Amino acid sequence: MFDSRELSHKVAIVGAAETDTVGVLPNHSVLQLHAESAFNALRDAGLTLDDVDGIATAGVSPAALTEYLGIMPRWVDGTAVGGGSFLMHVGHAVAAIAAGYADVVLVTHGESGRSRVGAAGPGRTDSTPGGQFDAPFGVFGPPTMFSVPIAAHMARYGTTEEHLAAVSVATRQWAERNPRAMMRAPITVEDVLASRLIAWPLRLLNCCLVTDGGGALVLVSEARARDFPKPPVWVLGRGEAVQHTNISQMWDFTEWTAAARHTGPEAFRMAGLDHSAIDHLMLYDAFSHTPIYAMEALGFVKPGEGGPWFAEMRSAPGGTLPVNTNGGGLSYTHTGMYGMFAIQEAIRQLRGEAAAQVDGVQTSLVHAPGGMFSATATLILGNQ
Amino acid sequence: MTSPARPLPTPTPETREYWDGLKRHELRIQRCRACRRAYFYPRPFCPYPGCHSQDVEWFTASGRGSLASYVIVHRGHPAFATPYVIAVVEMTEGGRMMTNLAGIDDPTPEALPVGAEVQIDFEDVNDALTLPSWRLVKSGV
Repeated sequence: MFDSRELSHKVAIVGAAETDTVGVLPNHSVLQLHAESAFNALRDAGLTLDDVDGIATAGVSPAALTEYLGIMPRWVDGTAVGGGSFLMHVGHAVAAIAAGYADVVLVTHGESGRSRVGAAGPGRTDSTPGGQFDAPFGVFGPPTMFSVPIAAHMARYGTTEEHLAAVSVATRQWAERNPRAMMRAPITVEDVLASRLIAWPLRLLNCCLVTDGGGALVLVSEARARDFPKPPVWVLGRGEAVQHTNISQMWDFTEWTAAARHTGPEAFRMAGLDHSAIDHLMLYDAFSHTPIYAMEALGFVKPGEGGPWFAEMRSAPGGTLPVNTNGGGLSYTHTGMYGMFAIQEAIRQLRGEAAAQVDGVQTSLVHAPGGMFSATATLILGNQ
Repeated sequence: MTSPARPLPTPTPETREYWDGLKRHELRIQRCRACRRAYFYPRPFCPYPGCHSQDVEWFTASGRGSLASYVIVHRGHPAFATPYVIAVVEMTEGGRMMTNLAGIDDPTPEALPVGAEVQIDFEDVNDALTLPSWRLVKSGV
């Protein structure tokens, strides 16, 4: 049997960048958002497209992307399970580079989530399980699906609307410090509770933004990792799992079972670290409750303690464990598959170049869902 | 310009018995003959970890269950009058299904305790299709 621990610290991210701007980009197609991200990340690494021999992406097919970019990679990963796909791509790239399947892997994200330029439309779904068993009851995008488990969490643990609001408030405090963030005006718990209901218990300020943008990563092996302009960011641990696609089929509405069982433990084990060694967290915040579920599933707090933990503003600037320091999907940007932006902020923190830089970050844990709690992926990154 | 219609299901061979049962106002679901647990949605094998037997049978369920979780939708599908409730029901025999809660004009969290007992209604959408909806057994808890 192979042991993932042998791959810890063997592959590094040596190039990382987002699109020039994020937010409202009506002059970029989806593919051009990928391309701009790719050029920026490769420039960050001092490389060109001709150096790339492995590619991973989601949202568009890798074939469409290679055609657009004019490259012919010898390794490809098109894992597309939602916003956390890019975390999985990084984990897969580690194995691929270690196996010699590729030497320089490019992971790209681009999404015209707001402007819908060059974006494909939805296909026919009426005979799928979701089309038969969920769609007839008026599900209407993620706010009406991702939200379904929350009432059960509230009933079991006493999680409150104030707890949910606190996540939005703490995250906005980071966004206030980030000039690239879309929403930077300070907000209070009262502001969140006064914003209009979308799908109780979620209100407008509990919901992520809808934006345009992209990001890309360049990964190489340890042997070359120190030969680039920026210091390497090491992939120390990774984990991934999938459990369902339709929210009605989530195994347990009060816990993120797949994250608790697989992605957290596997990432920590591969990295050889425990929770006390993590300096910084990026917990994909499609909605206010997602980081609460993630904190509990990953074992940073006990089940049911996530809401109170955020309400104590422990994740905010000056708190005990900084979370979502770019302003998150709630206030920074959220193209639709936000996971790439969570990775980008972890890298900026580890390089010491974040807008709201936290002192002394040596390790960062990134966690993201795919779909409606459907998939889960964890990365532990480090700069030592 | 008309607003989008309510999305309606198209059965597959594996699910037709369920949909045909609803037309007769019967809740036809499946259970595993190996581990005896019921499950939803239909498929010709047991989906539970640790079992996965292919020895399964259809039966008529009681149409009783409990409210597993829900949202009260204020900004939703244009074919639906807001607010409306998207609920997930845990059926007494086993298995969970998404549904709407019927018989509630002004849904509030206070009126909808998680765990509340629910029973099935049958909503005849047209001659060819009946959808399940569920209602609280005791309203105004």
